[in-house]
Amino acid sequence: MAHRYKDFRPRLVSPMQSYGLLAVVAAVAVLAPLVIYPLFLVKVLCFMLFAAALNLVVGFAGLLSLGHAAFFGGAAYAFAQAAKVWGWPFEVSILFGVVVGAALGFAFGLVAIRRQGIYFTMITLALAQMVYFLAVQAPFTGGEDGIQNVPRGSLLGLIDLRDTITLYYVVLVIVVVCLLQIRRMVHSPFGHILGAIRENETRVTSLGLNTSRYKLLAFTLSAALSGLAGALKASAFQLATLSDVSWHISGEVVLMVLIGGIGTLSGPLFGAIFVVMIGHFLATSGLPVSLVVGLVFMACVMLFRRGFYGETVEYLRTRLLSGPQATPKADK
Amino acid sequence: MTELFGVPLAVLAGQVMIGLINGSFYALLSLGLAIIFGLLNVINFAHGAYYMVGAFVSWGLLTYAGIGYWPSLVLTPLIVGAFGALFERTMLRRLYGFDHLFSLLLTFGLALALEGMFRWIYGAGGKSYAVPPSLTGVYNLGFMVLPIYRAWVIVASLTVCVGTWLVIEKTSLGARLRAATENPSLVTAFGINVPLILTLTYAAGVGLAGLAGAMAAPIYQVSPNMGSSLIIIVFAVVVIGGMGSIMGSILTGLMLGVLEGLTKVFFPTASALTVFIVMILVLLLRPAGLFGKDK
Amino acid sequence: MVIESDCILEARGLRKVFGGFVAIAGVDLRVQTGHLHALIGPNGAGKSTLFNLLTKFIQPSAGEIRFKGQDVTSAMPATIARLGMVRSFQISSVFPHLTVYENIRIALQAHARDTWGFWRSEQALHRFDEDVHDLMTQVGLEPLVYTRAADLSYGRKRALELATTLALKPELILLDEPMAGMGQEDVERTSALIRSLARRHTVLMVEHNLKVVADISDKITVLRRGEKIAEGSYDEVAANDEVRSAYMGGAHG
Repeated sequence: MAHRYKDFRPRLVSPMQSYGLLAVVAAVAVLAPLVIYPLFLVKVLCFMLFAAALNLVVGFAGLLSLGHAAFFGGAAYAFAQAAKVWGWPFEVSILFGVVVGAALGFAFGLVAIRRQGIYFTMITLALAQMVYFLAVQAPFTGGEDGIQNVPRGSLLGLIDLRDTITLYYVVLVIVVVCLLQIRRMVHSPFGHILGAIRENETRVTSLGLNTSRYKLLAFTLSAALSGLAGALKASAFQLATLSDVSWHISGEVVLMVLIGGIGTLSGPLFGAIFVVMIGHFLATSGLPVSLVVGLVFMACVMLFRRGFYGETVEYLRTRLLSGPQATPKADK
Repeated sequence: MTELFGVPLAVLAGQVMIGLINGSFYALLSLGLAIIFGLLNVINFAHGAYYMVGAFVSWGLLTYAGIGYWPSLVLTPLIVGAFGALFERTMLRRLYGFDHLFSLLLTFGLALALEGMFRWIYGAGGKSYAVPPSLTGVYNLGFMVLPIYRAWVIVASLTVCVGTWLVIEKTSLGARLRAATENPSLVTAFGINVPLILTLTYAAGVGLAGLAGAMAAPIYQVSPNMGSSLIIIVFAVVVIGGMGSIMGSILTGLMLGVLEGLTKVFFPTASALTVFIVMILVLLLRPAGLFGKDK
Repeated sequence: MVIESDCILEARGLRKVFGGFVAIAGVDLRVQTGHLHALIGPNGAGKSTLFNLLTKFIQPSAGEIRFKGQDVTSAMPATIARLGMVRSFQISSVFPHLTVYENIRIALQAHARDTWGFWRSEQALHRFDEDVHDLMTQVGLEPLVYTRAADLSYGRKRALELATTLALKPELILLDEPMAGMGQEDVERTSALIRSLARRHTVLMVEHNLKVVADISDKITVLRRGEKIAEGSYDEVAANDEVRSAYMGGAHG
């Protein structure tokens, strides 16, 4: 008899409910630009992707990076350079941004993965600062002004992206595809190894796997997706600036993941919406963003370390799943 | 004019001097980081922010209360240390049982908040702080002109560094501190108040950062972002030296400051990158750091 | 030489010094293919250090290690495991938040080198289900397939760990104090498990207690203060004066 086992994962909502939720989310995503400023929505989408990409390493590989702005901002510069100066088409320029993000991520990973825990975090931060200094000095980045008036062009020469609503739908499709791919990746054969490394690295080593290589791949993939997010943002705002590579951005995206829930698939998406909204409202209020972001950071660490989404899920789990199927039979 | 490697000696000596000053600040800050890390197992991301606050406190004492440089050299570390103690008691303490990353993130948030608050109040521009009258003027060393204040900063911060090292490595207080790190429950059994030691250690570490800020005020512009740009370099210094050794962090700080100064002479554009490049080289060649111990 | 081919693991003049303290002072060890070889000694004899040296988790200060005739003295721990020498830990080492099923599947994945497919669906992993089933049955964990490892009893964690070790199809299994800290019932169950393992595999096992290994091992090596003081069958070792005075007569009989 052939044996087949289930991937045990407690469900909080029934399949019917989840299709319902999905339909609502899809409707909101499609209709949103009719109500809300589309460029703002594109920004939200880019940061959702960025946060989900960072979460891939923070949440699923247990590597806290404070240097992800380098991939985001580096790719933004790469896109702007390719699209404006070299005149490459939109999709090629975006791809170039992704490649630059991935290459930077690979290089960072090679150096940083040699140390663990807190040192890893400090190294990523320092390397990103190095990229920042390079961006300040390099001639092509335009110093304080950045690269401005980057043309958006058209997708495959067919769809004109100068219309922001069109751009929104294009970005929406790209981001959704990437988020689905991230989800698939987390559950993939590779994702399972990554989870095992996070749980007990020594044991994975004794199973004959070189854990550094898996971390490096995870880091590179995360950097590539962060690069995609940065390139898309640069295309939408037609601008690449120093602030995209600054450590504040690295901090903000960590906050998005933390607020939403480290290691949850949907949490960082909510975190991104929340943090981008804070920034948006503060822009007109005169309060400095970093003061508020800093305070939210502290409140989050002190009060809900699992994040909004993580805490909610935990609440629902204890509430809804207190029946016998909630926790698998214990060995007593 | 005397030259060395085709560079006028005065220029070279001047850059070594600037390097020593930067190095003194790297040393003071990485020393504080190492002490806090050693005892609390916390990476104090807000260390740069405390340094910035120290500079502002010193500037504020002079501007609002007319309290001059010398008293503020004592008051500033106390004020900054007291603030640090309060932070440790009310917030940081609650995170000791959790993953280290949370204390890093908490202090990261504090750094952002402090920087944001000072920028909100004082704007992004810098404030200047006059060199105290007793330390104005220069020594003419023949081959170069040495501002007295800069010489003072180097001597003073090195004295503080070495003094701290002596206290930790050579006194019974230091021995108790180190024992508290190794085995808190055992030390508690001997009647030593560990929570108090932790608070005082944190206060002392950030007090050092405040002192560095007060000493830096007359040299650099007092501005809200002076801490964050410095702390990232100090992190690289810490990665290079490894946090296992107090003397190691002092030496690494000085060495890198001088190296950075020299780079400015020979490859001006690369000088901001020096520390980072050294960090990469060290990680590739000796991953545990220069003074780090292999686990 | 005939003896050479019979010997799966060989250490010569193995030595480890920790900052002046000699933990292992030049030990020779030969593990015969098919044997259950026990390495015993009182606390501080250097058993764990020797074990870590053999599995490359620490580097020897001097000496040479050969596995299946191949010099592995400077190999990485992961390489050793891939060559077929797999260790199990003193402190029970499983993935606590994963289920029994997932724990074993990770090991099978590692052995099959099916670890890189980040683009592939989770469905691909069900090809291991049959093997997971076999391994769970072998160690008696089949009824607990969806239990999280953290919720298992100590002895069952040990069994789970053995299952993951077996998943790697090892030629030599190294067990580090497999029965340490167990209750009587678990000791009997685990001892039976090890005996059945030893029928098909070569086993090198570190044990604190001589009596535990008495009736299951083919050969016993006794360590004391980093040195080998006796070697042979249980009867030979037990008859050795030095062993009696150092070990059996001591507090740790």
